[in-house]
Amino acid sequence: MERSANVYRYGLIHVEVRKVRKVAIIGAGMTKFARRHFKTPQELVQEASIKALEEAGLGYNDIDCVVIGSAPDAFDGVHQKGEYLFPAMNKPMTRVFIGGATGVMVPISGYYHVASGMCDKVLAIAEEKMSQARPHPQAVFRYIWDPILETPIGPNLLWIFAMEMHRYMYAYKVPKEDIALVSVKNKANAADNPYAQLGGRITVDDVIKSEVLVWPVNRLDVSPVSDGAAAVVMVSEDVARRYTDTPVWVAGVGWTLDNTEWTGRDLSYNRYLEIAGRMAYKMAGIERPNKEIDVAEPYDPFDYKELMHLEALQLAPKGKAAQLVKEGVFNRDGDLPSSPGGGLLGVGNPIAAAGLMKVISLYWQLKGTAGKMQVKKPVYTGVAQAWGDLMQASTVVVLRR
Amino acid sequence: MIRYVPKAKYSYSAGQAQSVFLNGLKEKKILGTVCNKCKKVYVPPKMYCEECFKPTDGWVELKDEGIVHTAIASFVSWTRDRLEEPIISGTIKLYGSERDYVFPGMFHRICTTYDKVRDMSIIGAKVKAVWNEKRVGSIEDIQCFKEV
Amino acid sequence: MKVAIVGMGWYGFRPSTPEVSFREMVFEAASRAYAEANLDPRKDVDTFISSQEDFWEGISIADEFAPDQIGGYLRPTFTVTGDGVQGILHGIMHIKSGISKVTAVEAHSKASDILTIGDIVEFAMDPIFLRPAAPPNFHFLAALEAKAYQRRTGMTEEDMAEIVSIEKRNGFGNPRASYAANLNVSDILSHEKVAEPLRRPDIADFVDGAVVVVLASEDIARSLTDDPIWVEASTFTETNYPGYAELGEAGYLRGAYSQISKRKFDGYFVDDRYSFKLLEHLGVFKADPLALLREGQLGEGGSAPTNVFGGLLSEGVPLEAAGLTLALEAREYLRKGYSSAVVGSWRGVPTYTGMVLSMWR
Repeated sequence: MERSANVYRYGLIHVEVRKVRKVAIIGAGMTKFARRHFKTPQELVQEASIKALEEAGLGYNDIDCVVIGSAPDAFDGVHQKGEYLFPAMNKPMTRVFIGGATGVMVPISGYYHVASGMCDKVLAIAEEKMSQARPHPQAVFRYIWDPILETPIGPNLLWIFAMEMHRYMYAYKVPKEDIALVSVKNKANAADNPYAQLGGRITVDDVIKSEVLVWPVNRLDVSPVSDGAAAVVMVSEDVARRYTDTPVWVAGVGWTLDNTEWTGRDLSYNRYLEIAGRMAYKMAGIERPNKEIDVAEPYDPFDYKELMHLEALQLAPKGKAAQLVKEGVFNRDGDLPSSPGGGLLGVGNPIAAAGLMKVISLYWQLKGTAGKMQVKKPVYTGVAQAWGDLMQASTVVVLRR
Repeated sequence: MIRYVPKAKYSYSAGQAQSVFLNGLKEKKILGTVCNKCKKVYVPPKMYCEECFKPTDGWVELKDEGIVHTAIASFVSWTRDRLEEPIISGTIKLYGSERDYVFPGMFHRICTTYDKVRDMSIIGAKVKAVWNEKRVGSIEDIQCFKEV
Repeated sequence: MKVAIVGMGWYGFRPSTPEVSFREMVFEAASRAYAEANLDPRKDVDTFISSQEDFWEGISIADEFAPDQIGGYLRPTFTVTGDGVQGILHGIMHIKSGISKVTAVEAHSKASDILTIGDIVEFAMDPIFLRPAAPPNFHFLAALEAKAYQRRTGMTEEDMAEIVSIEKRNGFGNPRASYAANLNVSDILSHEKVAEPLRRPDIADFVDGAVVVVLASEDIARSLTDDPIWVEASTFTETNYPGYAELGEAGYLRGAYSQISKRKFDGYFVDDRYSFKLLEHLGVFKADPLALLREGQLGEGGSAPTNVFGGLLSEGVPLEAAGLTLALEAREYLRKGYSSAVVGSWRGVPTYTGMVLSMWR
């Protein structure tokens, strides 16, 4: 069975509605996320891949193509990291990279590997081992800035988030206490997640009283530095039907990169995510996301980011997401559960692996295998998203069961 | 455990746009490029307009004044060591463009107090560049942006 | 459905380019490619792909600096960390999956900005098994392969020098061949060894440059031009560790070649950043390349015309733009009236990753 894809266009000569192959996820695997793993990056990749292949019922030899995602090479301490992560590859392999948004670019890329007819069975992997970097993983982020105009000022990654968070608070008059509710919700959700690094019961007060890192960011506003890997097996429709009764389909993909000059942009709203979301929704035939999406996995490296992302994904009105968190809308038993598995704030943030973890969490929800993390309402359609670069990149995947 | 320090050294080419900009700073001038078609003013400057995909059409001098778009106070260094006195920085929306969402803007230190960052009174405040006596053609020729 | 190249542009290809930043260089190449395709990137191009690696740029998350200069600002833009031919492969998949109708692919090199390029190459080696054992220069990995290739085929150092001499001369007349030269075999053999059996002239130098390729679906391509160049691309990674590779066999390129449809090629454009690699890589497409060299069959009009515009030995190695540089040569060749050509690209040491780009009209 084939469906017609809405081709995402800006108005070229003519639009042709084409039949495109359907693509399903039939297996997913993750390592536990931890502050420091004693496995090598290669062994983390291996563990996640074996778990994903086992669930799919496939062996490595059955795989046609491999897609790898990993964020800055500096973390693992290896240049040309794609080749390094899988020493006995012997497959067509490419690595995709879009900063922090890489983890969701991996299944997007896996999608078009299959949809294009290039491969039938794809192993899509994301990995990050941050603990190896010295003097501190934060130091790696010194070199993400414009080397001539920005690095001399001495910024670190927290600054980006703090600047964006403060503008968001200012523009929409959102108090820190309301933002902290996201951290409270996600860490509590993570307590039920066997892969989580930092699940637990905390209060708004704990967040507000935790160490001020870069005002307005306190330590508990932030997801932890982690090591980890995640993998999914993505296949064509005929393969999916043969191997599973519960495939989860990729209904839409979208991504967008804004310009490099974050210094000259309104930081209170992520317009690039809105565009990426619209691309994915259009492909999935979704017209009213807040009504048609049953569960969301917005990228939450910081608590306020989940709010901004819910807004740009059109799941909450601008500046109003915090209010909806307060009302319980995004709780596991709410109308639109958000990060029911605990998100990056609770599970951990090994950059690229964390993005793929969001997609895997959504896959579990749609398949109905999320266990204690399973949301109350029945779910048919969900969205997962990641964000990155210099406040400029977003990647979006819509899955459907 | 294997320790390895990569010997990665680079000499980045500033290129045409940034070279003119850096030389301008030496003369206490903030220079931007402008696209005549969409009227976008670029600071930091670019030799091409990203919106129209054509070369920019010329240079304009902007005032060394603007409005604080956002501000932060950092208590950690880039190696995540604790700082006693916070570094205060942010982005400055410079005058010279009528557009809202995108504007000529700079990232720099802001000379103000932690309290003004905390209560957000610095956001939206008018600031002016404080120039160093000795200028070498670097972003560091500006000491900070200070409230006026 | 077929996919075509509807425009290509390049800029630079000089040992150093201090007058432009890498982004300005890419803008120049992109402007030329879009002019050739007669397309406006802000209206007509759906997706944009940059092919680069962080440590080549000296920027962590170099993807941040990818969009503006190719017209990909606020559009679906992302990075494939690899050779430009891998970028083309992703572009082809975008088009065949219906995500895009027109895709732009960019690769560039600012090698002259890297002060410690040998150390960066070493940084790509396995940190536990290879780096501690690494000799003073990274060419040792290529030398291992050269020895294996010599043992297998009987290739001599004179054969290697002959390749260098031919390639450096082939570069005359090629506007991108900064390293073209008139050298004979004895000039080359007079050099000391860098890593047995490789001499300095056997090794291509690095170069700055940018290449942009515009790909389009069949219907768009036919509406834009009467003479589109159709393409197919593939990639294959054997390993990153010499112990797992079949040295001197170019298993990575064989793997890539096995992924694409077979056709007869009129010209071969293969990665020759080390002289012997020309034969090793050509051997993937043609039997007994050493005999072809000795019989003088590698020139235009021969039975296996190979790198007739000088290859990377003449043009230099523009990092991840190497594959697209060979593609520029292949296109030049097709423009002379030939009907097909193939590019065999390689990511260089320490990788065992190869790409094939098949081009025909």
